[in-house]
Amino acid sequence: MKALQNLFDNLKPNFEKGGKWEKFHTLYEGHRTIAFAPDLITGSRGTQIKDAVDLKRVMITVVIAMIPALLFGIFNVGHQHFLATGMDATFFDKVLIGLISVLPILIVSYAIGLGTEFTFCVIRNHPISEGFLVTGMLIALVMPPNVPLWQVALATIFAVVIGKEVFGGTGMNILNVAMTARAFLYFAYPAQISGDQVWTYLGDKTPVDGFSGATALAVAYTAGVDGEPVTKALAEHNTLIGDGLYSFSNLFMGLIPGSIGETSTLMALIGAVILIGTGVASWKIIVSGFAGAYAMGLILNIFAVNEYMAMAPQYHWVMGGLAFGIVFMATDPVSAAQTEAGKWIYGLLIGVLTVIIRVTNPAYPEGIMLAVLFMNVFAPLIDYYVVKANKKRRLQRATV
Amino acid sequence: MSKTVKLKKGFDIKLVGKAEKQLADFKPSKTFAIKPTDFAGMQRPKVTVNEGDTVKAGTPILFDKAMEKVQYVAPVSGEIVEIKRGDKRKLLEIKILADSKISYESFDKFSGTSLESLSREDAIVQMTKSGVWPQIIQRPFGVVANPDDTPKAIFISAFDTNPLAPDYGFTLQGEESNFQAGIDVLGKLTSGKIHLNINADEQTPAVFANVKGVEVNKFSGPHPAGNVGIQIHHIDPINKGDMVWTVSPYGVCQIGKLFLEGKYDASKIISVTGSEALKTGYVKTYMGACVDTLVEGNLKQNHIRVVSGNVLTGDRINKNGYVGYYASQITIIPEGDYEEFLGWVKPSTTKLSFHKAIGLLSFLNKGKEYVVDTNTHGEERPFVVTGAFEKVLPMDILPTYLFKAILTEDFDEMEELGIYELIEEDVAICEFIDPSKNELQGILRNGIELLMYS
Repeated sequence: MKALQNLFDNLKPNFEKGGKWEKFHTLYEGHRTIAFAPDLITGSRGTQIKDAVDLKRVMITVVIAMIPALLFGIFNVGHQHFLATGMDATFFDKVLIGLISVLPILIVSYAIGLGTEFTFCVIRNHPISEGFLVTGMLIALVMPPNVPLWQVALATIFAVVIGKEVFGGTGMNILNVAMTARAFLYFAYPAQISGDQVWTYLGDKTPVDGFSGATALAVAYTAGVDGEPVTKALAEHNTLIGDGLYSFSNLFMGLIPGSIGETSTLMALIGAVILIGTGVASWKIIVSGFAGAYAMGLILNIFAVNEYMAMAPQYHWVMGGLAFGIVFMATDPVSAAQTEAGKWIYGLLIGVLTVIIRVTNPAYPEGIMLAVLFMNVFAPLIDYYVVKANKKRRLQRATV
Repeated sequence: MSKTVKLKKGFDIKLVGKAEKQLADFKPSKTFAIKPTDFAGMQRPKVTVNEGDTVKAGTPILFDKAMEKVQYVAPVSGEIVEIKRGDKRKLLEIKILADSKISYESFDKFSGTSLESLSREDAIVQMTKSGVWPQIIQRPFGVVANPDDTPKAIFISAFDTNPLAPDYGFTLQGEESNFQAGIDVLGKLTSGKIHLNINADEQTPAVFANVKGVEVNKFSGPHPAGNVGIQIHHIDPINKGDMVWTVSPYGVCQIGKLFLEGKYDASKIISVTGSEALKTGYVKTYMGACVDTLVEGNLKQNHIRVVSGNVLTGDRINKNGYVGYYASQITIIPEGDYEEFLGWVKPSTTKLSFHKAIGLLSFLNKGKEYVVDTNTHGEERPFVVTGAFEKVLPMDILPTYLFKAILTEDFDEMEELGIYELIEEDVAICEFIDPSKNELQGILRNGIELLMYS
């Protein structure tokens, strides 16, 4: 490691004041602090020792929590590919196809995102923050496997610049950056990120006759309109490529078409266990998010005027990206509610809104994206009232 | 009504280098110093002695032009050897070379009954001229109390939960009568009660056991349960316009001794702690002692930092620096100015953390004592993680919002969010656990100063 340290030391003069790459000083520091935790020490006043945690470690914890979803997503993209094309394939064939589809998206997301971030850091001369470690992965995981790479790049640039950097960078943004990227694509290029044709990676193959790429959410919505019980519609969907594609257990496992990383409720829950176990994400948001969705499902059952509203609420947990969104998106500490009481309300309303959007709005089969963004905007309002209550307690105390 | 308060929030920092409960044989310090920088809110310190003057223990050597009544006095008798100034002639240290036998200025002496009839005014006069007054800290703001004020209550924390903190049961052995006399005098100063807050989890040291004239409250829980600010919050919180005073147990004893024996006695048992000290233990010396005799020949290695006080609220001092006015320990820890390959992600059982993020395994071994150096383990960042401060600050206060209010200099918000209830030591544990490495104690002091001088 001494060699690497020497290399950095040799390069250092170029980046210091008066050096030829002075402007890129922040890039030098950024890379050096990734290779080596910095040799900074505490000041003469204030705490003389500091906790071993830092933001890099917090962020990498989230990345690690997403890895099960990523790996499963890679497999599932291949799995869906062979289901749709009606070919037999081994595990490795599936993984290979998955890699072909997913890796370029991941690479583009990270490369373009980091590039944008570095550019901003150099222009603004502020330190490179580790926030994009998480965002880069998230963006890739919420993309459909067929998305054109240039769209990934565009969405990433939009999200980093408009979603984050214009507010002052990591820690200052109002909206979840990865959700911003997805919402950008959703409204700018709806053809490539909605409908029935984008969720299964086909490559240059053609699907078997009669194949439908509709997601479980779309099937459920159509069932509601047609007056057919949702579970029956789900069971009868795409039976020609195999029974039970949309069975509850399959939906839970995530062996269904969808965005790369969001199909598996199980993988999201594994992520949740990691995030809650390490204390990195708020368990309050996760628990209340799932509870909100379930409660709203029950309420819709009571007032059901169509079959979709009458669907058993637990199906909302396993269809679409609800689990992934609640575990990885809603818990982003910067855009979520920041008070402990606020987190309960924030999570609950995300769950509730997601189900309302799904069931009642024909334009958006999936509601989690809009629910998270909507609640991102409302989080400060929730916090405002929680903070106000705290101030009020203090004031009341004074008059006693 | 005395209260028992169980606190759950907080974090005990367990470090290697606890002081052994015995007086260790260190050579006595030769020089002693008073550092105006120890007194938050001291505005215009003025020295009243010159280099070469001789002083007795209790001779005034310094005062603050903003509060001229309160004298700061020499802890020992001897010769003023140096008046050290820094940039812009900022007064840093007034050093005294101690006599081998300490002589004392004499003040009025009282016995138990005459102490009772002592008037409030006379008590204050004796306290302010003799040098014990700065032991009294005013809240809000954490500054030396103004003798013209009358506090609504006085609070004394009878235990210290800071890392490697000294044990009052040991350092205040045999001080029972001084402590009681101190309480009797303090009782004259407030219109309200004196709260003595003891540790519910441990046996009460003799010095606090049978004290009259106080309300005893019990506190249990991890650090910062021993911080007087936390205790005030749970007993009788400070609202806007309120004023309370706090005194350390040592300060109470010193006040008591002043009235019982008629002298300013700055002798003090301090503890020598820290992982890099060969020999830990307690040493009997005087306030403001030079640490050279405690450090020299007592180091496991040379790349160390000496801290006056504990590692959360103390100050870095040189190897021949001086113990602070309020400090009752020194802590010797390794310097941390090294780079660590992939140190931000490497799993470790030897690094102490309140958090459990990937690779931080110290939570698995709660009883273990750690060697912690001065490395910051990361760079400063904006606030990102939420809810962490709330887990270590056992108060109904929203720290992040308060810090943001201070950073944006929003006076109304600061007041409404409870800045009057906090001083640096109360948020020190937040500063320690902060993943974004902000200097929260400094931020808080800035906010306090904004309010004080506005």
